[in-house]
Amino acid sequence: MEYLFSSAVGVLTAGGIYLVLRFRTFPVILGISLLSYAVNLFLFASGRLALNVPPVWQGQDSDYTDPLPQALVLTAIVISFGMTAVVVMLALGSYLTSRDDRIDMTSEDGAASEQDPEAKR
Amino acid sequence: MNHWIAAPLLLPPLVGAIMIISMRHHLELARVFSVASIAVLLGISIGLLAQSATGAIQVYLLGNWPAPFGIVLVLDRLSALMVTLTALLALPVVLYAIGSDWDRRGKHFHALLQFQLMGLFGAFLTGDIFNLFVFFEVLLIASYGLMIHGAGKRRLQAGVQYVVYNLLGSTLFLFALGAIYGVTGTLNMADLSMRVAEMPQSGSALIRVAAALLLLVFAVKAALIPLHFWLPASYAEAPAPVAALFAVMTKVGAYAILRVFTLIFGPSVAVTEGIAGPWLIIAAMITLALGMTGVLGARSLGRIAAFSAIGSMGTLLIAVGLFTPQATTAALYYLIHSTLAGAALFLVVDQVRARRAGIEDHLVPGPAMAMNGLVAALFFAAAIAMAGMPPFSGFVGKLLVMTSARGHELVWLIWAVILTTSLMAVVGFARAGSLVFWKTEGSTAANVDTPVQYLAFTAICSLVALVVLLTISAGPVSLFLDAAAAQIHDPVAYRDAVLQGSGGQPQ
Repeated sequence: MEYLFSSAVGVLTAGGIYLVLRFRTFPVILGISLLSYAVNLFLFASGRLALNVPPVWQGQDSDYTDPLPQALVLTAIVISFGMTAVVVMLALGSYLTSRDDRIDMTSEDGAASEQDPEAKR
Repeated sequence: MNHWIAAPLLLPPLVGAIMIISMRHHLELARVFSVASIAVLLGISIGLLAQSATGAIQVYLLGNWPAPFGIVLVLDRLSALMVTLTALLALPVVLYAIGSDWDRRGKHFHALLQFQLMGLFGAFLTGDIFNLFVFFEVLLIASYGLMIHGAGKRRLQAGVQYVVYNLLGSTLFLFALGAIYGVTGTLNMADLSMRVAEMPQSGSALIRVAAALLLLVFAVKAALIPLHFWLPASYAEAPAPVAALFAVMTKVGAYAILRVFTLIFGPSVAVTEGIAGPWLIIAAMITLALGMTGVLGARSLGRIAAFSAIGSMGTLLIAVGLFTPQATTAALYYLIHSTLAGAALFLVVDQVRARRAGIEDHLVPGPAMAMNGLVAALFFAAAIAMAGMPPFSGFVGKLLVMTSARGHELVWLIWAVILTTSLMAVVGFARAGSLVFWKTEGSTAANVDTPVQYLAFTAICSLVALVVLLTISAGPVSLFLDAAAAQIHDPVAYRDAVLQGSGGQPQ
């Protein structure tokens, strides 16, 4: 199980990093999502992997699993979900205003001449 | 327990929430509440600063759970200082936003500002490393909203870069926290400090990886080379009051490095020796050189201000990276100075932008702007402060940093880099200033009816006045900072205060 779990984290991270290094916003956002899945699994595993044991010790159980990482993962999921929503909205806004979904800033300093006055008020 | 410690975390979200619910169409009312809230916060933070000056480390147990199990807020000299600095910066920033009508150009400016402040205060006060992550996210998500305030094509593009970069930083932060929890089984900073110090040398690879990852995350925040790429575009494109507030955002990174790499992975901890110190100084020197080269080469005032912010982070992190009490005093002094001076510079640049129709802040000669004299004087005051020339506090700060580097093996290199980059900054600022303010051409007719924004100028002048005040009172301030630095370099006192002092006081 450990092998399966760790390789899943590894593959997700590798895929995420590959996609984040792409040129356009959509793959980059997908990459960030993959990375956040990877980190959620990783956080979950930081309390050690255990099967069929309760998270809260009841007195008669022989073993229990650490509930704290589960709470941490929950926090991390909520935050990464919100952040993904924000970045999707931003990327959409950026695409709709500039008709271009490249992640880098083009025409860095030459923008002075072509800049429309409406864009930067 | 002293309940005032929690007040900076409770007041801003409360006011922000009220603003969103009941003042979304009443900008005037939101302005009044925003200024009032920040003024009250400033009062509270000065009260906290006075309390921390006694030297006692106060602990606030959230939900009254004893320390390693519950989440704690910790008030020591360093955190009280950072909270006060943030509130002190927020007041001119919000006044400027009102005076220059920046808050009218989009929705919810003041509510976002309140949430941003909550995140900043939380990051400075928390004693729990996972909570530090949460407050980083709070301040980041508010800053995303502020960054694209007023929208516009280039601002949105820069915003996407900024958000993506910081999301990656957050992911790294979580990996580091997972590794730390997996190895030590705790996330309370005082408890962590104890466990890491007791850790045997063998099998410590994972904690070293975690420490290096944390350093990377904080370096992203502090815009340390090679992780600074998000800063120039974001700061130059962000609305001016937001860019001024962001002057304290990079300092959050410096604060986190200072806190974590003295308390948890301190210089005396064998397991993680050599991770922070040597690398930090070298990266900081390259950051400083790159920042000031940027000042020399940039083609607009906004970018010059952004690159000078990078350069000042370089100077600051050189002092942080020395990890001696004396250098920490210098770092804190320079931190206060560069926050105030950087903010003033961003605000002055915005005044230039508003006055030069069509060419904005690009370094090309244009018609003389309205109130050229006053704007030029303020620009040069801020520029002299950022470049670290006398008579302002940047000079005192750089002097302190250089003095504290004495005795370090790289002292000559550090001195050479600081002095050379100061010269580059002076040349860069002088070139930009003379081009924009003195080399005027063309008709001034278009600029005559720019309305005078008294409140905006009051805000800029008060920031410059604070810089002057910091210079004049360098003696008393550095006495306090000496005490703060001594407290930072005494992790045992922090541990005792959090772990023992808190357990036995049920409320």
